[in-house]
Amino acid sequence: MGIEVVVEGLTKSFGKQNIWQDVSLTLPAGEVSVMLGPSGTGKTVFLKSVIGLLKPEKGRVLVNGVDMVNSPEKDIMEARKLFGLMFQDGALFGSMSLFDNIAFPLREHTRKKESEIRRIVMERIDIVGLIGAEEKLPGEISGGMRKRAGLARALVLDPQIILCDEPDSGLDPVRTAYLSQLLIDLNAQIDATMLIVTHNLDIAATVPDNMGMLFCRNLVTFGPREVLLTSDTPVVSQFLSGRRQGPIGMSEEKDAATLAAERTVAQGHVPAGPRTVVPQLEPSPGLPVRQGALRRRERVHAMMGQLPEAARAAIRNSYTPTPGGGRP
Amino acid sequence: MTAPLPVRPPEPPVTGTPATGTPAPKEEHRRPSMLLAPLRQTGQLFALALAVARAIFRRPFQVREFIEQFWFVASVTILPAALVSIPFGAVIALQVGSLTEQLGAQSFTGGASVLAVIQQASPLIVALLIAGAAGSAICADLGSRKIREELDAMEVMGVSPVQRLVVPRVLATMSVAVLLNGLVSVVGTLGGYFFNVIMQGGTPGAYLASFSALAQLPDLYIGELKALIFGFIAGIVAAYRGLHPRGGPKGVGDAVNQSVVITFMLLFAVNMVLTAIYLQIVPPKGG
Repeated sequence: MGIEVVVEGLTKSFGKQNIWQDVSLTLPAGEVSVMLGPSGTGKTVFLKSVIGLLKPEKGRVLVNGVDMVNSPEKDIMEARKLFGLMFQDGALFGSMSLFDNIAFPLREHTRKKESEIRRIVMERIDIVGLIGAEEKLPGEISGGMRKRAGLARALVLDPQIILCDEPDSGLDPVRTAYLSQLLIDLNAQIDATMLIVTHNLDIAATVPDNMGMLFCRNLVTFGPREVLLTSDTPVVSQFLSGRRQGPIGMSEEKDAATLAAERTVAQGHVPAGPRTVVPQLEPSPGLPVRQGALRRRERVHAMMGQLPEAARAAIRNSYTPTPGGGRP
Repeated sequence: MTAPLPVRPPEPPVTGTPATGTPAPKEEHRRPSMLLAPLRQTGQLFALALAVARAIFRRPFQVREFIEQFWFVASVTILPAALVSIPFGAVIALQVGSLTEQLGAQSFTGGASVLAVIQQASPLIVALLIAGAAGSAICADLGSRKIREELDAMEVMGVSPVQRLVVPRVLATMSVAVLLNGLVSVVGTLGGYFFNVIMQGGTPGAYLASFSALAQLPDLYIGELKALIFGFIAGIVAAYRGLHPRGGPKGVGDAVNQSVVITFMLLFAVNMVLTAIYLQIVPPKGG
């Protein structure tokens, strides 16, 4: 079972520029969470703060009793072995072949025999579909392949927590769909807690159990996916529908005058009504049921009373079996 | 279990500019002064030196990386060091020879020039070459790894870049410096002897006799100690600048440049201190 990640009151600035403040959320153990947000809202910074690469000024991130912000470096190093992080562009070691890259964590942290390492690495290479490219250098392959190799390297130590930084960027829609399915399958197999940072709407709609959104230096909301998907908060609905009308502007936020002008112009043709919630991806046939999904069901059931009506309806809908294969 | 649900304050502040939207709290008490910036850099440099010194004794030791780096550092420095040391020894011998001739102390040429080579010239030549040839390469290597996020990736995997990459490099520069110092001392001394005896018509016997009259073993020790310390400085400064490049690829170029300049300045300052201490605590043989 994965490990719960508790983020409390996290605030990060670079110099005078505040990135986000007072972010509090809990990534429930074994569930898949997605952090959405327009470009430049500090999603990647958030990811790096969770794993302790960047040190926020305030707040803490608790993983297995270790505070990834303030604990001694030794404890943080140890706790990082629980993590697998997939970097935005793979962050592979340029001087090593893909095979050596993926084998690196095994060689550093385990005393496995070389034949054992080869078996594990080839298995991971197979999962991400890179068979045949294992002897290439990172400079010789495409960006999408680097990304998949980065994912394979993140998976090689069977992490309890998997963090993905924009898994879709640089991938075509088909590969993105495969990757979404891969992430869900992984979750079913190893029951790891996952946090995906993205602004891809397809991933956001189909993959996660929980969703959050960063905007304007704040965590707008974090909760079960239905809450965000049915939310009528202007920022969220603008983002999820990809409109220009709304509080998000080209440079993060709009000023009041533009907003007012927009409101008068856009009277009427703002798409109204609740958005439909597409069903979540299921693990591929033959894989075990996602334990995280079962736990989430109970958890969401307990908080039903506090959720808005639209979200409640969507959650109830998701429990009724659909022709394409329903929930357990 | 989850953070406050379901709705946070729904509207982010849409009125006003970003600057007024979120007042930066408590910004006053941590405004870095322009005067303190160099101090912070110095502090981080020493912190890295300390971290490296500690990590040297931590298992597992990166043998493979050390050998690769040792070989690299040695291969880029041996030939230039040997080539530089011959004329350097010659220049010192010629200069000292010419001076002693005017003073009528020509028989001491050997001792004086050999001491100058072993105590001063040799460690400095070694250090300059290691900083210039190996340090710049180390700095560029680490810097480009840093901006490609390779070092972050390594840290995320629970592997300390200091232990995995910096320690083998610093040890390589230190050990190459010590060994190379021996080579440069020998070649420099031979060069000095050759030029003094052949060019200036000095007598071989007087050269060697004054050599053993003035020079003593501690002169060799301090030369090697200096080389060791200079190698450490060159390695640490290169690693420090490489680990903290500012900005993108251009930042790496600047970092390499700075690492060489900073190392040179530190070398001469430290050399002065070491020489002063040595002359105080070790009594000169001839006196």
